[in-house]
Amino acid sequence: MRATSIRFHEVTLGYGRHPAVHHLDGEIPAGSLTAVVGPNGAGKSTLLKGIVGTLTPLDGRIAIDPPGRATVAYLPQAAEIDRSFPLSVYDLVAMGLWSRAGLFGGVGRRDRTRIEEALAAVGLVGFERRPISTLSGGQMQRALFARLLLQDASLILLDEPFTAIDARTTADLLDLVRRWHDENRTVIAVLHDLDMVRRAFPQTLLIAREPVAWGETDRVLSPENLLAARRMVEAHDPYAAPCRRSAA
Amino acid sequence: MADLLLSPFSDFAFMQRALVGVIAIALAGGPVGVFLMLRRMSLTGDAMAHAILPGAAIGYLIAGLSLPAMTIGGLVAGVVVAVAAGLVSRFTALKEDASLAAFYLLSLALGVTIVSLRGSNVDLLHVLFGTVLALDDSTLLLISAISTITVLALALFYRPLVLECVDPTFLRSVSRAGTPTHLVFLGLVVLNLVGGFHALGTLLAVGMMMLPAAASRFWTNDITMMMVTSVAIGIVSGIGGLLLSFHAELPAGPAIILTAGGIYGLSLLVGREGGLLWLAWPGRHLEA
Repeated sequence: MRATSIRFHEVTLGYGRHPAVHHLDGEIPAGSLTAVVGPNGAGKSTLLKGIVGTLTPLDGRIAIDPPGRATVAYLPQAAEIDRSFPLSVYDLVAMGLWSRAGLFGGVGRRDRTRIEEALAAVGLVGFERRPISTLSGGQMQRALFARLLLQDASLILLDEPFTAIDARTTADLLDLVRRWHDENRTVIAVLHDLDMVRRAFPQTLLIAREPVAWGETDRVLSPENLLAARRMVEAHDPYAAPCRRSAA
Repeated sequence: MADLLLSPFSDFAFMQRALVGVIAIALAGGPVGVFLMLRRMSLTGDAMAHAILPGAAIGYLIAGLSLPAMTIGGLVAGVVVAVAAGLVSRFTALKEDASLAAFYLLSLALGVTIVSLRGSNVDLLHVLFGTVLALDDSTLLLISAISTITVLALALFYRPLVLECVDPTFLRSVSRAGTPTHLVFLGLVVLNLVGGFHALGTLLAVGMMMLPAAASRFWTNDITMMMVTSVAIGIVSGIGGLLLSFHAELPAGPAIILTAGGIYGLSLLVGREGGLLWLAWPGRHLEA
């Protein structure tokens, strides 16, 4: 698999004209495993939306290499899934085949094998016919990881994937993240558990609207940097003046 | 018994035509209604049904009770209101339900006014409640064509339609099909309302979509089965309503919708998936 890299050129992302991510410049190397860490409102989710392309940068440019939707798989924070929809776990997971099957493509025997393998990998064998409305939070997250597996993307974005998930499920799903890393996929995860970041994520981006530190996890998560991130105000100033820093 | 159920259809051509009409309407209305319900757009369907009225009325004003004029008028009005309500809710603080309500109230008032400008109360009743017992060949062809188009289009757009309901964020991340799919779906809703309107009138056309769909929700937890059930309920309501109207000398359109309503009530009571009786007497809890 050809690994995917992301290059940020003085990127500013936000809502209205107010920046949520301010002048981010740098690169996520191909095949890296990066944690995005920072206080609430620091722009972590906004950054992922910018990478997926659902949010257009106010300024600057995000270059994904190689480009294309098929390379990116995105698990949003507390996915906006309509749990009351009459759909089976199997069909939910099968959606991961979209980039291959698309609107009209058939789902053949090999695809069915892959769906079964994905369900097995997340420990949901026997749940195929269950309606998604009957799943617990952890089981739902397992199903969504199975869908990510099927997407077979070279760039995987996870927004707080382990929030409100028990220890055993977290450990199982974290194994999948490690497996993706071993397969040379680029993985970016927004996380709050700093111990987990130190244990499992070699690279970290510490952000508090402005990037605070970026690089080797041990170096980034220093007490000084964490304090600096906490100090950065969350203020939304309705009368803020236009930013004078020029974009690259 | 067979006499009671079969002879009206074997003896009278107008009953045969009505039968073909309601089956065609049920075939497309069932799945469209299921999607309206699952997309939480049930009231949108209702509002659009009202929105069709002034268009059909203008067609009527120009050409009398003419099929093409009223069809085109209804289509144009339905699309205009759908788009206008969408724009108002996107660009102003008003939510879609409120802007739809505003548009459909206006449409209803405008439509009734336009019809009464020229016609009699009989014509008004015709437009509001349809003439399922007087469907001519061209109307039957129109209704069948609309059903065919609808079923084909739903088959083609099935995946994004489902995905857009279940997980819109995911659909947006893998494909740009979301917005076109929504527009195609709105178009199908308008088409089916216009088809249904010739048989059942603007006010009741939406009944053949929503009542079978709502009833089917009480019988299954699977979307495919829900569409099948909904079509079956639509067909049974159509046949039952026609027989009821024939034997009890009731107006046919309302009799069909009342039958569908009866099936809905029954499903609400005894349906296996969340029917009231099962909620009241669930039986002893299980071991696991």
